[in-house]
Amino acid sequence: MKLDQFLERLCTSSGVSGREHLVSSVVSDLFTSGEARGWATEIRSDALGNLVIRKAGSSPSAPKVMFAAHMDEIGLIVTEVKDQFVRFDSVGGIDVRVLLGQEVVVHGRRDVPGIIGAKPPHIQDENERNSSVKIEDMAIDTGLPADELAAQVSVGDFISIKRDLTALRNSHWSGKALDDRAGVAALIECLRRLEGYSHAADVYCVATVQEEVGLRGALVSAFGIDPDVGIAIDVTHGSMPGLDDSEAYELGKGPVLAIGPQVHPRVLERLKAAADEAGVRYQTEPSPNPRGTDTYAIQMVRDGVPTGLVSIPLKYMHTSVETVCLKDIQETGRLLAQFVISLDSDFVEGLKCCFKS
Amino acid sequence: MKDLVKRLTSISSPSGFEDEIREAIKSEVKDYCDEIRVDALGNLIAVRRGTGPKIQFAAHMDEIGMIATDIDEKGFVRFSNVGGVSPHRLFGQRVRFTNGVVGTIGMEKLDDIKELNLDKLFIDIGATSRESAQELISIGDCATYLHGFDDLGQRIVAKAMDDRIGCAVLIEAMRRTEQCQSEVYCTFTVQEEVGLRGAATSAFGIDPDLGIAIDVTGTGDTPESRRMAVSLGKGTAIKVKDQSVIAHPKVKQLLVDLAERNGVPYQLEVLTAGGTDSGAIHLTRDGVRSGVISIPSRYIHCPSEMVDMIDVEASVKLVSLVMSADISEALQ
Amino acid sequence: MLLQELSNLDGVSGREDEVRSYIYRKASALADDVYFDAMGSLIAVKGRDKRGPAVMMAAHMDEVGLMVTSIDKSGLLKIDTIGSIDHRVLVSKTVRVGKDKVPGVIGAKPIHLQEPDEQKKPLKAKSLYVDIGAKDKDDAEKVVSRGDVAAFDTKAGVFGQGCFKGKALDDRAGCSVLLRLLEMDFDLPVYFAFTTQEEIGARGARTAAYSIKPSLALVFEGTSAGDVADAKEHKQSTKLGKGPAITFMDRSVVVNRPLFTRLIEVAESEGIPHQLRQMTTGGTDAGPISLSRTGVPAGVISVPCRYIHSPVSVLNLTDFENTVKLASAVLRSIATRGLPSQ
Repeated sequence: MKLDQFLERLCTSSGVSGREHLVSSVVSDLFTSGEARGWATEIRSDALGNLVIRKAGSSPSAPKVMFAAHMDEIGLIVTEVKDQFVRFDSVGGIDVRVLLGQEVVVHGRRDVPGIIGAKPPHIQDENERNSSVKIEDMAIDTGLPADELAAQVSVGDFISIKRDLTALRNSHWSGKALDDRAGVAALIECLRRLEGYSHAADVYCVATVQEEVGLRGALVSAFGIDPDVGIAIDVTHGSMPGLDDSEAYELGKGPVLAIGPQVHPRVLERLKAAADEAGVRYQTEPSPNPRGTDTYAIQMVRDGVPTGLVSIPLKYMHTSVETVCLKDIQETGRLLAQFVISLDSDFVEGLKCCFKS
Repeated sequence: MKDLVKRLTSISSPSGFEDEIREAIKSEVKDYCDEIRVDALGNLIAVRRGTGPKIQFAAHMDEIGMIATDIDEKGFVRFSNVGGVSPHRLFGQRVRFTNGVVGTIGMEKLDDIKELNLDKLFIDIGATSRESAQELISIGDCATYLHGFDDLGQRIVAKAMDDRIGCAVLIEAMRRTEQCQSEVYCTFTVQEEVGLRGAATSAFGIDPDLGIAIDVTGTGDTPESRRMAVSLGKGTAIKVKDQSVIAHPKVKQLLVDLAERNGVPYQLEVLTAGGTDSGAIHLTRDGVRSGVISIPSRYIHCPSEMVDMIDVEASVKLVSLVMSADISEALQ
Repeated sequence: MLLQELSNLDGVSGREDEVRSYIYRKASALADDVYFDAMGSLIAVKGRDKRGPAVMMAAHMDEVGLMVTSIDKSGLLKIDTIGSIDHRVLVSKTVRVGKDKVPGVIGAKPIHLQEPDEQKKPLKAKSLYVDIGAKDKDDAEKVVSRGDVAAFDTKAGVFGQGCFKGKALDDRAGCSVLLRLLEMDFDLPVYFAFTTQEEIGARGARTAAYSIKPSLALVFEGTSAGDVADAKEHKQSTKLGKGPAITFMDRSVVVNRPLFTRLIEVAESEGIPHQLRQMTTGGTDAGPISLSRTGVPAGVISVPCRYIHSPVSVLNLTDFENTVKLASAVLRSIATRGLPSQ
């Protein structure tokens, strides 16, 4: 299986926060009957739908490490079906400005294709034309007559953005939901590399749910697993005009390791050491405000979990043309695999004692 | 049932000060459960023992209110909010403190209505000096709207329908349900309005398999209202999503199936702003599949919240159906 | 002097190491046991085997500060805030950067060169920079790195009449109260929790409470005193010199009424001057502690401080001593009368 083919399957699947079952099946099928058969010891889903893929460690007192990448994507939800149009609200942090003219799929009784439109400019007044259109003023056009629409679509149906994955130059790939299907792909790459390896640590690769609406899946899956170390694999802002190097990272230069209150200093050290051992180039990201990723949730579960955050640079976040470099995903997978191999119980002991000095 | 709602909505019990409403609800439910207890935060938990999976129902006992923060030398009381009290709904309102003292809300002069916030308001309890005011109330005392219950026929209006109507629905469902196929924990929670707090701690203790909150939701059926596809009189509202929770699809389906099979009128609900106790319950421990049964209400967080008895009755029926149903399908 | 030593240590949220080491040294000599949780909170247990309800006394070790987000080619450090700092207090102040405490200044365009209306617009942290005197980026990188944190460079000490000035009195004042209590003996098990990351969401308190499982908790804070020039009486919240401030409600907790009543009773019967914290905004460690597991009655007692979250705050030393007195009296009251009940 080639990583880019798998990434395409992941990104073109629908999995809006709260309705991740389709993309969850794509991943679990890979491990139960597909190319990744045999890479994991056990697969299960928990109460909220988090997909937990476990590869057992060789040691009975194995340290437990949890990797979390969220499989949910931002999307929309039907709030009203009236006449021939569908009104909607956002699920997660959608940038409303990118919605006009976007093609979508409404997951009703069947999947109904639609287009997001609003009042055309020539019937708007001057003020309206100069400001962004509000979500309440947009509507989805399905091309269906009112009675057929009402039969297929109901209030509460979820809507996903329609976008194919496009190959750009230099192993760049662009599409929707790369935040954070790129991270899920990195987890799979990690398990691919660990195949056949014996390692002390018990590895839990979790494709989490509902990160985009409040880190909800990570919170409960970490409680259930109760890991010794937890690392979230998410995306961070890729360089583009208007951002300087305190805010964005270059594509193709490897995974980005966060530094900040949500990262345990020893976990960061071990990640850097693993990167050096495996020859993985990496960048570092000062992160003064820890709120945006699954790490924030995992760290405060039960009596605390030592955590780290590894991010894949991604341009145009939360649009439908998110762009990553495939090499960064591969290198992230490689880094995670080396991290697992290097873990032993001495390391876990050291995580609490390091506070003494 | 209207009498029950009248009794419950007449009590002033804002978040953190639920003693009076808790006693009232205790006397209503004690004959319809096997065990009753109060936990560390003040949640009232009434249990119907059973052998099946554990369901936690949650209806919150607290209401929004005002808390006294200062008494000036003339006896005027400055206050802050307890929960989502908006300054735009206060000027001229009559309020009542939990100890029975009544006051009215006054306002400083304003050059521009945009300047209005809670700092510009005060409560006048008719005292003539700081000392005489201090004989009546202290800093840290709480008050709520003072508005009675009115029966308009099919519709009823009162303050604190949010969420005394939910409490009434749960109480009535407990009365009407003979046999439960699950072990049912009816929690009358505290401090929902200030952050879903009672739901979080009660769920941790109960560790349920399924969580259902019973609360109010908005409507889109008044003149030039924000768009919302929920109306009074169209039935109980089965929530799909609000800001605090996305109902588990299997739980939503269970509720829809039960409603359809039993002829209970229902509508599907998406609330763009607002949260409920299920927001806290579903994130407890390693996760709890949760949903919400909502009673549509107009003018939420205003002194006159209005609900329709068709919707109230439908909600009671649906809660009762969940209590007596086999819910294993929803847990797979 | 305890307060002075603690205030002069650096412990920006997430990098509380220096403060933690100091407290570890002091606490190990006084407690039965000292342990850490994964978030770096330090818990010192005293009287674990004594009969009585387990009480958690909490204060946070962290302070607000800055993080170096990048180093530009001229050697200037770009920064962002950790915790909530009024951006207007940053310009023209001195800081110390990183483990080696490299001195730096937060510069600004001289007034002579500003446009008339520039004076009116406050500068956000992201447009400010720290100058450590480096020639260029390479020179800067010899002594500081991206991700380093910076604390205000303030020397603590007595001030005015009976007052004390220093940075981070929120919440080194609370930590000092706890260390003073550790020197005493009480007839019940007491868990002294020195928490991390309070300023960015009361995070260390959450994990500490989970491991301690207390029956009751008291949080000691440095809270905002608004008795400054031009502040309206009813918005001042607390005043210096009027004693420890007892909270009835803030954004994170509605203090359990029986507990609140007990705190006032004890203050009154012991003749300890005290006041109410009249503001209901702001959150503390009491929030997450009160919601731990199946719930914990939690209260907050604060030393009033002017100018918190800025380079230098001021407290009244008598208020501090009275906070220690009140805290120890409350513990004795719980030991003899038991927990406050509904």
